[in-house]
Amino acid sequence: MVAQKQPQTISRTSDLDSDYKWGFVTDIEMDTIPKGINEGIVRLISSKKGEPEWMTEWRLKAYRYWLKLEYKAPRWAKVSFPDIDYQDLYYYAAPKSQEDGPKSLDEVDPELVEAFNKLGIPLEEQKKLTGVAVDAVFDSVSVATTFQKQLEEAGVIFCPISEAIQKHPEIVRKYLGSVVPYTDNFFATLNSAVFSDGTFCYVPPGVRCPMELMTYFRINSEGTGQFERTLIVADKGSYVSYLEGCTAPMRKTNQLHAAVVELIALDDAEIKYSTLQNWYPGDKDGVGGVYNFVTKRGKCLGKNSKISWTQVETGSAITWKYPSCILQGDNSVGEFYSVALVNNHQQADTGTKMIHIGKNTKSTIIAKGISAGKGQGTYRGLVRINPSAEGARNFTRCDSLLIGPNCGAHTVPYIEVKNPSAHLEHEATTSRVSEDQLFYLMSRGVPEEDAQYMIINGFCKGVFAELPFEFAMEASQLLKVSLEGTVG
Amino acid sequence: MEQGTGNREQGGAPPLLEVRGLRVSVDDNEILQGLDLTVNAGEVHAIMGPNGSGKSTLANVIAGRPGYTVTGGEVLFEGRSVLAMPADERARAGVFLALQYPIELPGIRNREFLRTALDAIRESRGEAKIAIRDFNKLLEAKAQELGFEADMLKRNVNEGFSGGEKKRNEVLQLAVLEPKLALLDETDSGLDIDALKIVSEGVNRFRGPNKAIVLVTHYQRILNYITPDVVHVLIGGRIVRSGGRELALELESRGYDWLRDEVGQPA
Repeated sequence: MVAQKQPQTISRTSDLDSDYKWGFVTDIEMDTIPKGINEGIVRLISSKKGEPEWMTEWRLKAYRYWLKLEYKAPRWAKVSFPDIDYQDLYYYAAPKSQEDGPKSLDEVDPELVEAFNKLGIPLEEQKKLTGVAVDAVFDSVSVATTFQKQLEEAGVIFCPISEAIQKHPEIVRKYLGSVVPYTDNFFATLNSAVFSDGTFCYVPPGVRCPMELMTYFRINSEGTGQFERTLIVADKGSYVSYLEGCTAPMRKTNQLHAAVVELIALDDAEIKYSTLQNWYPGDKDGVGGVYNFVTKRGKCLGKNSKISWTQVETGSAITWKYPSCILQGDNSVGEFYSVALVNNHQQADTGTKMIHIGKNTKSTIIAKGISAGKGQGTYRGLVRINPSAEGARNFTRCDSLLIGPNCGAHTVPYIEVKNPSAHLEHEATTSRVSEDQLFYLMSRGVPEEDAQYMIINGFCKGVFAELPFEFAMEASQLLKVSLEGTVG
Repeated sequence: MEQGTGNREQGGAPPLLEVRGLRVSVDDNEILQGLDLTVNAGEVHAIMGPNGSGKSTLANVIAGRPGYTVTGGEVLFEGRSVLAMPADERARAGVFLALQYPIELPGIRNREFLRTALDAIRESRGEAKIAIRDFNKLLEAKAQELGFEADMLKRNVNEGFSGGEKKRNEVLQLAVLEPKLALLDETDSGLDIDALKIVSEGVNRFRGPNKAIVLVTHYQRILNYITPDVVHVLIGGRIVRSGGRELALELESRGYDWLRDEVGQPA
């Protein structure tokens, strides 16, 4: 395995503090900076990236704001976890193979490619078969970027955000933090201070991105917090579909992941963002697993714009995630399609916020929760119709499926309507896999376990239908793997 | 055992279905009280009887539906006891139950449902999975015979189907899966006369020397279209009389009370 070397503390970096001077970083040979967080670490991350001063300053503002929050993570969600020692985490780790900056897959460490293959993500094959451009993020740093040329020809910028900060500062500066300000919430603030890398995408006016864009995130080094930062801007009349797949290998200690994703759609633009998240959920007894505290939000800034979130969440010990839409432009549309599965001791508190500001804005929420083992799944959603949102509409449907006697499903919908012309619908169900359905399938010869999966898949159909085809296949396979041993 | 069929065991082969002294309870109520029934390949048996006599229970127990407690007796399919087998295993062995109330399967398309079932059955016989193109051909041909709109194959199983459509869908499954034994649990109920004809034709097409049909029904109406070899009357959890086609007509005109009186069962 690549990037497996043990993180080491460099004696000299222990001296780091706010007096940190530029250039100090060149003395550091190791790719992992010491544990803990302080202004020196924030500056170090920024300088490792060769960031301009405005970026460093933004990080520091976030860090100073974060300090005021006194290490108090939000506790309102229905998830329980021990206090995290933020000084006991690494905030930056780069795989060794990044040193020389591979330009194509051929230059990527073959062991890295194999690691992806083991996870069932054959980059090569994906490239060939699906024509997807892959920006693989391996322990915080992008190591492979493909299909750059075709994208360049279309005028689409798709690169690591660290590169975008260098090459396209005007766009990054304009939009970074414009949807999720650094003061937004504890984890988003932390991310703003220490984000390592992530993806940047800009689609110019009138351009339909010629391929689905894809990034695989993966957490690898033990104890490394991963702080991805993604920014996607769809200019007027453009369209982009972005797929994000997440996997992490088995780890004993809990790992913190606090990503921030910001989407901006200008007039008549559309962004479709799909996620498949199957990070390590911990073992059967609830030991280990990823803590996934993610802030994802899109802003339909322009008229007639549309942002659509589709997520299939089967991994992580804790999922705390609410991909949301701010519907600011008139006639803009927000969508949220979600399947969240919890098994064993997993906990998921996930949902969305649809903030209607513009006139005739429309939102759709379809949330499917599956709880098995001792898993606890919560849908938490907010639909807010502001006074300005004349003629706003929302349709919400939340369904929960329970498997076994020891799991839980919870639904916490918030609805705030401040304009009387709004039209809202809310439907919710909670059910079990019915014995009649199971018998019916079995009476036609289908083995019990397959019958269970068919029923569960059927339950998720409305959401899977929103995923690109290959992703839908993978998603249904993922459900099967995640439920192994609980059905049948 | 009084069975009016002449087509008994041939050459030592066991009957397709043999039910011996079957006793079944639901929630401590004994529904079947020592029922005997022998069905040979090539035969069509009709089981008639008043409400609550145990007709549906018999069909469901043979198919392996949970919720019934077998307290005595045996069910042999091709000479093998099936009582310990789960429903899917019985189905793969060749038992098919057309449900009285077909179940809706949200998110599972009719086409996908049937192909999965057919592949499971083929796999158990050591056959390869059916090629998608062959399956589509087969399905569309069978669907057409039953007057299905093409769009019903794309729809989710029984979801939003009318009562008649659901029953026709059961017969479509029968036609595609080609079991050895078809148990039809009131497949005729709720059908108008045109639908009844279509369904009956479908069942008749299924008939063959290696297959058998057990038709559970309230009314002799369907027997105008599907001619039974044997008619049984089930009262009080037992078969109290077996006969030919004429028995069904007699029941139609006289009801069940006279039989109850004869066998000493309270109404």
